[in-house]
Amino acid sequence: MTDTPLLKVSGVSKFYGSRIGCKDVSFELWPGEVLAIVGESGSGKTTLLNCLSTRLMPTTGSIEYRMRDGNFRDLYHMSEAERRFLMRTDWGFVHQNPADGLRMTVSAGANVGERLMAIGDRHYGNIRETASDWLTRVEISTDRIDDQPRAFSGGMRQRLQIARNLVTGPRLVFMDEPTGGLDVSVQARLLDLVRGLVNDLGLSAIVVTHDLAVARLLSHRMMVMKDGHVIEHGLTDRVLDDPREPYTQLLVSSILQV
Amino acid sequence: MATPLVVSEVFKSFTMHLRDGIKLPVVNDVNFSVASGECVVLGGPSGIGKSSILKMLYGNYAVDAGQILVDHKDRIVDIAHADPRTILDVRRHTLGYVSQFLRTVPRVAALDVVAEPLVARGTDSTEAKDKAAELLAKLNLPRELWGLPPATFSGGEQQRINIARGFITSHRILLLDEPTASLDAVNRRVVVEMIAEKKREGVALLGIFHDEEVREAVADRILDVMQFSPRKAKAA
Repeated sequence: MTDTPLLKVSGVSKFYGSRIGCKDVSFELWPGEVLAIVGESGSGKTTLLNCLSTRLMPTTGSIEYRMRDGNFRDLYHMSEAERRFLMRTDWGFVHQNPADGLRMTVSAGANVGERLMAIGDRHYGNIRETASDWLTRVEISTDRIDDQPRAFSGGMRQRLQIARNLVTGPRLVFMDEPTGGLDVSVQARLLDLVRGLVNDLGLSAIVVTHDLAVARLLSHRMMVMKDGHVIEHGLTDRVLDDPREPYTQLLVSSILQV
Repeated sequence: MATPLVVSEVFKSFTMHLRDGIKLPVVNDVNFSVASGECVVLGGPSGIGKSSILKMLYGNYAVDAGQILVDHKDRIVDIAHADPRTILDVRRHTLGYVSQFLRTVPRVAALDVVAEPLVARGTDSTEAKDKAAELLAKLNLPRELWGLPPATFSGGEQQRINIARGFITSHRILLLDEPTASLDAVNRRVVVEMIAEKKREGVALLGIFHDEEVREAVADRILDVMQFSPRKAKAA
């Protein structure tokens, strides 16, 4: 166990005018740890994810990230250029809709290669080789490398988006409903793939989902949100097996058994 | 003799918010310890709180009051108050658990399911798979099944995978929730022998066994959970 967190979040709130987006959220994320944020639509989970990933400026609070040199930097005290560099290299962001995270009109290979070029790779042959290696890892046949994602199915697009994000060896990946909108067999495949990659690469991840089964399978730790507040927080097994708060009990008891 | 597991003054109840907040007491003032090389069996009728005790020890259930002390990497960790990260580390290295039912993961082969706890501890994956194969062979799981995901296996087959997964590591404490419930006589005897071997290695075991024959064979001591039941106090 390493003894320094990767991300330190303290007192983060976001208000939309007088309405609460999320209120007073604090936690630490450790290397190799997967945190699930669950709650129903409108509970503030996406607002929180966007605040954490510098996509939305919080109203108050601080978010510190441990850079590769070991120093903590406050995300909102960095320059825009530094933040962008972080997003392109050390972080990944997997959107619910792959079209938001991919360029739909350039080839699959270029989608993966673009992130490599952003970190300075220039050798076309190497980039293509790495891209093709990553397509294999996400179970996309390499003969599709020159096809555009427009020609891919929903599940393939989502896997391509994951390859694009992981190719630079990020340390932290944000995922917003990564399996939303996929049918169940495709979901299972994607979950298994993500689980394997997270384990193999020792990634930290923050996954927003409304699906408790996804949270159980992927995450170590869980935060339950309601009306912008974190109402329950703990080991995933504990929150799901012994929910304490009324709302969490309602959520858990609403799962359909197969 | 070393005592890797001590449970002290543990209280547990469930508050059912969806049922007007009624409070269901589960166990009161649980006190016991398990020594190295000892197998303690939790006794008492169904619904008395045996499984709940195991789940509290493993961190799946929260504890209202009290301490659950585990000897982890030469320091004492209180599971009742530890943070999630510490509990996961304790599970990885010190505390094993064989649950009643296997939680299957889509697409992962039986052999990999069994090898996983070793891989998580940093063992080389080939070595872990060899060890997993050895255990599955010992438990008479047909070789054709090893490469398949266990979701569609029979109850007894899934349970043997669960046992192999729990026994593959050399955790110092092992919790067993009816590991032999759906096994035939031959495999029950295999499990009894595996438990005896763990005892010889100095593992502290705490289990629930409804099968009398198995209980007789493995138990050093039976702990009557009735004594911790809040219902007993009411009846008296």
